Amino acid sequence: MRLLLKYDSKTVKRPLLSSAALKTGALINILRAFVESRKGEILIEVPDEKAKEVEDFLISEGVSVLELKRGVTVDENCVHCGLCISVCPTEAINFDEERKILVFEERCIHCEICVKVCPVSALKLPEV
Amino acid sequence: MEKTINEINEKIKEGNVSVATAKEIKEIIAEIGVKKAVKEVDVVTTGTFGAMCSSGVFLNFGHSDPPIRMRRVWLNDVEAYKGIAAVDAYLGVTQLSETRENYGGGHVIEELVKGKEVELRAIGYGTDCYPRKEIETEISLEDINQAIMVNPRNAYQRYRAATNSSDRVLRTYMGTLLPNYGNITFAGCGEISPLNNDPLYRTIGVGTRIFLCGAKGYVIGEGTQHSPPFGTLMVSGNLKEMKPDFMKACYFPGYGASLFVGIGIPIPILDEEIASFTAVRNSEIETEIIDFGVARRNRPVVKKVSYAELLSGKVEIKGQEVRVSSLSSFYMAEKIMKELKKMIEKGDFFLTEPVDSIPRSRVLKPMRQKVMFVRKVMRGAIVLKEDVSLEEAAKVMIEKSINHIPIVDDEGKLVGIITSWDIAKAVAIGYKGKINGIMTKKVVTANPDEPIELAASKMEKHDISALPVVDVNLKVLGIVTSEDLSKLLAR
Repeated sequence: MRLLLKYDSKTVKRPLLSSAALKTGALINILRAFVESRKGEILIEVPDEKAKEVEDFLISEGVSVLELKRGVTVDENCVHCGLCISVCPTEAINFDEERKILVFEERCIHCEICVKVCPVSALKLPEV
Repeated sequence: MEKTINEINEKIKEGNVSVATAKEIKEIIAEIGVKKAVKEVDVVTTGTFGAMCSSGVFLNFGHSDPPIRMRRVWLNDVEAYKGIAAVDAYLGVTQLSETRENYGGGHVIEELVKGKEVELRAIGYGTDCYPRKEIETEISLEDINQAIMVNPRNAYQRYRAATNSSDRVLRTYMGTLLPNYGNITFAGCGEISPLNNDPLYRTIGVGTRIFLCGAKGYVIGEGTQHSPPFGTLMVSGNLKEMKPDFMKACYFPGYGASLFVGIGIPIPILDEEIASFTAVRNSEIETEIIDFGVARRNRPVVKKVSYAELLSGKVEIKGQEVRVSSLSSFYMAEKIMKELKKMIEKGDFFLTEPVDSIPRSRVLKPMRQKVMFVRKVMRGAIVLKEDVSLEEAAKVMIEKSINHIPIVDDEGKLVGIITSWDIAKAVAIGYKGKINGIMTKKVVTANPDEPIELAASKMEKHDISALPVVDVNLKVLGIVTSEDLSKLLAR
């Protein structure tokens, strides 16, 4: 499960992900991180069975936690050129057997690079 | 066995023509061979669907009352070319809107084809025969007399692929290129693309009837920059008959607007030679990956590749696996081949004999340009070793009235640069050491054979006013300053 963590000026200074890993024993994978002195946003992946525990712990420490269920989606404007494929850092976009664009939403880390690259504005990220 | 186009058209009329798409014919020939394939197949349909920037539409708006000789005209604030008769104009797909973001001529054309109304605004000279000076109205495709698509360069046979060795993201007409060979992009449809299936241009020539964005169009002749095997076509077709399913307006961030154009070309299988060409495979179609990280016309070739390698999605560059993106849609190209096949089978599309052939060889010439190279404007540089004192450097600057001194090691190799500003700063902070303590070590340099425009853009980008000119071994050959460049402009 992918969780989007938002840190404020207090929580961003603390090693909360390490605490969460030690406390719950969950193997946490960081997919994307943006950290500055007064705030931070980190996208992590945790095994489903540990997700609740990790989430509860982080919330109790003051981190806002959002589960990312959806990834980028493609609409009817798509002409299936594939320009988005090579810029995706997680290989979440590929062709199907007809050479139409296929998105593996569960791999999407909401980095938005594909959205900005698409020449026909066919890719959209869901609001989180 | 040989056939004529008339015989094939007769079969189309009778409803017993045999058509294969360019994808299917490869399998057929692999299975039964060229000889039998000529007997079995009459027509091969080819297709391509990509952003084709050299495209546009001639429009005739009809006359207003009182009439106007349009001097300039805008459609949804996209200007169309008005150097022709009173109410004729040419709207190019890359022309950008003056008010709307990410919107251009291609978008106006797509809206017209979708049956939408667009705003027309024009200004005129006000002549005795055309007294009106301005007009604003709304028009749709139905309202205008003619809308003829005329595309000077379409259907590139093959195209150079792109990558980026530089350390910044490049936004190009080849899409977004990630730094440090982060990705590769390519254009063209390889083995199913029209000209690759008729590389000697035996059947595709002047007057060939084609499928253009859903309408019946024609090849007018060779396209601009036609340079076999990088052949191109100039094509034309009636916009009023086109379908929105086979075109798409687009916008490449950092580059601009364009239009995805869908083209299908039927190839009559007249003899074995023509049939054997249609068996061409992606592995036999070669192109080059060039480095857009170098801002010159002759960008260096990073690697030679085949379309099969590009289509595999991954290509190795300098030991790293690099992912590849296409700019052309193979899905759409196949849809076009199938659509054209259906049209021919239904008797809706007849083949044509070319009226004239397009050239099989052509050399692409660069622009004749008054190029000025750095070598011409650079001057001898006064250099110093890194262990001289601040005072000594300051003295040299005043004596020679210069502001920049490249610093070199014992072999004359560039190791830094010091400016009058560096010295002023050193004095202000009470610095007492040698110049190597205050010199800039990461020096932006110029090459004697680069155009002065490139040197100027380096200075602008890094906000500096001089570049040491060095050879490949970093030996200082001279210096070029912004003052030298501005003197050129003042001449």
